[in-house]
Amino acid sequence: MLQRDYTTSQLDVLEAEAIHIMREVAAEFERPCLLFSGGKDSIVMLRVAEKAFWPAPIPFPLMHVDTGHNFPEVIEFRDRRVAELGVRLVVASVQASIDTGRVVEQTGRRASRNRLQTTTLLDGIEDNRFDAVFGGGRRDEEKARAKERVFSFRDEFGQWDPKNQRPELWNLYNTRIRTGEHIRVFPLSNWTELDVWHYIRREGVEIPSIYYAHTRKVFERDGMLLADATVVQRGDDEPVFEAMVRYRTVGDMTCTGAVESTATTVDQIIDEIAATRITERGATRADDRASEAAMEDRKKEGYF
Amino acid sequence: MDILRFATAGSVDDGKSTLIGRLLFDSKAIFEDQLEAVERTSRDRGTEYTDLSLLTDGLRAEREQGITIDVAYRYFATPRRKFIIADTPGHIQYTRNMVTGASTADLAIILIDARKGVLEQSRRHAFLATLLRVPHLVLAVNKMDLVDYSEERFEEIREEFTAFASKLNATDLTFVPISALHGDNVVARSENMPWYGGSSLLHHLENVHIASDRNLVDVRFPVQYVIRPHSATSQELHDYRGYAGQVAGGVLKAGDEVMHLPSGLTTTIKAIDTFEGRVEEAFSPMSVTLRLDDDIDISRGDMICRPNNQPKAAQEIEAMICWMADGLKLQPRTKLVIKHTTRTARALVRDLHYRLDVNTLHRDETATSLGLNEIGRVSLRTTQPLFVDEYARNRLTGGFILIDEATNGTVGAGMIIDSH
Repeated sequence: MLQRDYTTSQLDVLEAEAIHIMREVAAEFERPCLLFSGGKDSIVMLRVAEKAFWPAPIPFPLMHVDTGHNFPEVIEFRDRRVAELGVRLVVASVQASIDTGRVVEQTGRRASRNRLQTTTLLDGIEDNRFDAVFGGGRRDEEKARAKERVFSFRDEFGQWDPKNQRPELWNLYNTRIRTGEHIRVFPLSNWTELDVWHYIRREGVEIPSIYYAHTRKVFERDGMLLADATVVQRGDDEPVFEAMVRYRTVGDMTCTGAVESTATTVDQIIDEIAATRITERGATRADDRASEAAMEDRKKEGYF
Repeated sequence: MDILRFATAGSVDDGKSTLIGRLLFDSKAIFEDQLEAVERTSRDRGTEYTDLSLLTDGLRAEREQGITIDVAYRYFATPRRKFIIADTPGHIQYTRNMVTGASTADLAIILIDARKGVLEQSRRHAFLATLLRVPHLVLAVNKMDLVDYSEERFEEIREEFTAFASKLNATDLTFVPISALHGDNVVARSENMPWYGGSSLLHHLENVHIASDRNLVDVRFPVQYVIRPHSATSQELHDYRGYAGQVAGGVLKAGDEVMHLPSGLTTTIKAIDTFEGRVEEAFSPMSVTLRLDDDIDISRGDMICRPNNQPKAAQEIEAMICWMADGLKLQPRTKLVIKHTTRTARALVRDLHYRLDVNTLHRDETATSLGLNEIGRVSLRTTQPLFVDEYARNRLTGGFILIDEATNGTVGAGMIIDSH
């Protein structure tokens, strides 16, 4: 008999693990939802969800926390993908939170709706009575995330308590909560940025155009290239120039920086990332630069 | 390229962070902005060297106290393999964290300081790794530079540890003399130790054979979720009924005769479906969907196996339990929720046979309870049958977690020894 080597490739192992996690949620929770921003991680998550329940449709809605400061290319992409899959999209709007007085808009040049999103997100979870919320967070992104569980418990205030996390062994996940509490679930916990890109290439899934190199009017702030757009407040000492750029992450226009790049295909992006020496959040996210524990602090409050 | 998951146990003193830092750095998994942040913090604190442990200690409390309190997962890749490191603290008060990290590990690295030799904590780490059935153990004898790269010292440690390991069920034991600080035998073979004929640590990690560590013999398919599209438009989909799950053992093939538990009814596999289409066979860790020839009432928590190779349907379980709760103690008559594969039931602690001293392996048969981080042999009775194998035979069908119904916390991890 032919000896067969039952080796499984890294992408297949990661995908099988993520599918298992998604099915576990669908089986054990009443009202799950998947956070979809139109960014690459949530695109991959959505792809895995499509596979996990096939040939049945995805058995939960998507939720987008809309800061109102999104890249238009991303919103257009989001709506198209949602229509293709025939899933329900819940939009939780930061603008609505501001209009109803739930949060107060920051002012000044560095005003950002990044931190306001937490309230909108938690309100969205509460209003829709979601008990499990899929997020695209990866442990390689940031050191507070490196310690977060796949099934991450949130109390009735949406808070994460990093010192009191449930041990997580084998592939057994504790899904028990009380009313008002919820679990954030991170099916891509063990993926790296490169894994995500290799998966996008293998699956041939579409991504928003801003991930590819394009010519854009930008200005420099704190060593980052920010888009020149009406929602971004720019000073006179911050001159606009044209550059060939692409985005490594997709977030709020006010705090997501572009990187100079000529990569116009997924293959070229993979080559670029393999050679880069700076993390994606370090290169492009003003929101993480606030302090050493910026992410941990926001996560404790209930951030993504 | 496949994935190797490995756990490291130890404290800063053992050079564990230096070792991980070196593996990450030499494989280019540490980025400039991360390194700059670490250098800045080290400088601010007045540390003379760049403290690489700051890379892995991610929480504010850990950085403030200079300790590791939880499992951190780290990632790096070489052209041969992707690696997932479960970096666990080594102190006895963090036994539950090491148990957690070891539960999914293919390999464990135990660090020994060449000057100090085999310490109590080295024995504890080795015991926990073998208790969790980590298939491969690597004893990294570190700080060889401080013992003049002495072959004699290395051999002494090897002999002492080998003698101890014979009391454990250690299957594959490899010794590598290293200096994490100087890089000797970490990535490349060291010129300072020409007497060492083995491979470098990274070379070993890249090449250790793990494909056959999984159970490919006993077919075990815990049903996780039933897929029923209920399509009104497509007749084929309207009648579609698939059993989704992740293979926990054996190799399933279309056409195979299989048995459903708890009913004991047999049928054959009509097809193994994935999004990409039908596949001929499925094995661990694949997530697939089975369709069966006969209409049997099957739901989540059931098990599909082979008629001539079944797990035990057991309500009396003998297990080694690592207790992980801060307040609550495990003692006879404690009632808990048990989660095993995709099945959840309630469990009653009938007996605590002994508590094990994780340092000396001494069995204390007078113990009446287990507290945080304590390990003991326990008898449980469950409200419904669980479909179990011995943990030594299959980690996925032999492991379970215990949950406290009052707090919903995960309070214990169990490894099945025997059942009926």
